[in-house]
Amino acid sequence: MIKHLRSAADLDAATATLILDTAGEMAALAGREVKKLPTLRGRTVVNLFYEDSTRTRISFEAAAKRLSADVINFSAKGSSVSKGESLKDTALTLQAMGADAVVIRHPASGAPHRLAQWVDGSVVNAGDGTHEHPTQALLDAYTMRSRLGRIDGLKVAIVGDVLHSRVARSNVLLLTTLGAEVTLVGPPTLIPVDIAAALSKTTKVSYDLDSVLPEMDVVMMLRVQTERMQDSYFPSAREYSRRYGLDGPRMRRLPEHAIVMHPGPMNRGMEITPEVADSSRSTIVEQVANGVSARMAVLYLLLGGKA
Amino acid sequence: MAQPRADTTTKIILSASDLHRVVDRVAHQILEKTSGATATVLLGIPTRGVPLAQRLAARIHAFEGIDVPVGSLDITLYRDDLRLHATRALGKTELPGGGIDGRRVILVDDVLFSGRTVRAALDALNDVGRPSSVQLAVLVDRGHRQLPIRADYVGKNIPTSLSESVRVSLSETDGLDEVRLTGSDK
Repeated sequence: MIKHLRSAADLDAATATLILDTAGEMAALAGREVKKLPTLRGRTVVNLFYEDSTRTRISFEAAAKRLSADVINFSAKGSSVSKGESLKDTALTLQAMGADAVVIRHPASGAPHRLAQWVDGSVVNAGDGTHEHPTQALLDAYTMRSRLGRIDGLKVAIVGDVLHSRVARSNVLLLTTLGAEVTLVGPPTLIPVDIAAALSKTTKVSYDLDSVLPEMDVVMMLRVQTERMQDSYFPSAREYSRRYGLDGPRMRRLPEHAIVMHPGPMNRGMEITPEVADSSRSTIVEQVANGVSARMAVLYLLLGGKA
Repeated sequence: MAQPRADTTTKIILSASDLHRVVDRVAHQILEKTSGATATVLLGIPTRGVPLAQRLAARIHAFEGIDVPVGSLDITLYRDDLRLHATRALGKTELPGGGIDGRRVILVDDVLFSGRTVRAALDALNDVGRPSSVQLAVLVDRGHRQLPIRADYVGKNIPTSLSESVRVSLSETDGLDEVRLTGSDK
């Protein structure tokens, strides 16, 4: 088993499948009256969050607590980081406290890789800048597998702000490893040149959402990350929404069985209309529930065995 | 099946027909001791406890026409030796429809050795319900208990030394029915 989860590229097909299978067993436990398991008793998991997050932080906290690990939540606001402490010094502090795993979210791409050089415990990337978010990709893959029964051979469109999306990068890597065929869709300004070739051989790029929809099994809408946009990537929100937003008529172009995903938080009315977000094809709420199971699986597989 | 190494001795303790007779006897003992297996659930511990539980239920049905619910109880997440080994993959936990509350649960496993698996199973049971009582059925008891645990139904007692190993093969999981004892018996 791997020691860290820094990138979805850390996972080969066998390991990724093991995580998804384990997540399935964890999900079955979530239906019980007593949800707590003694598995990680005595282990400490630190949630180190330098960026705002609701679902990821809560999801990791719930996952660690259900496995009986001790959880320390650390957010940059209200800590010594606001006094100017560096990531390295914070890491050494955590090391001294005996953290068995550090779950890190950081605005700088690559921060988890640096952190892994400074601490002895496992490092789990919970989103680093515009780079990767591997546990999101795992929960997305798990959601696809439980809804559609397989991942191998699925056609998946990832639509929107690919440029700033760590979710897109991790998903392309993981889904390709598991045999899906990914098409990146968005305005040319939001799809980096050569990204498809850089991530995998089978990934395609399209600038026309309407033409790809009829053959897709999964459409994953990305949030337009206005907080990361210093330049103007498209003329107006209205125009973006007209060309790349998923509304009712577009949803009806999808095959009967196709599902609509969104990593959250949504900009309702921007990349997705309420009609689509609340439809039976939407897996958005399921994704949140599956996130806890997927993260339990990751923590168990990283921390459950011999260190 | 892996061939035993040349420098180790191997002995067949139960052949296929012996094993079937042993299962038949344990099924009869369960019927006798539980007065007809009323309000009883068989829970197999993966991997080989599960097919054994199913066989016991099938035999009980063949003898008296009684349907005993069968399930499986994975104990991996409750083990006390997780940190001594590489991470283990999880098995399936599937409780029968009516659950286990207020029923007699008979745990079924292939080999009873240190007793630690059964300890973990009792902890796991605690989290899925409240049985009225818990019993233990094993195919082989090889001794060397490290905990105060005993089986209610034993297929075969096999005195062993710690350097020996007992390998249970079942057609469902291994392609044949057999129990072997391998190891140095110097």
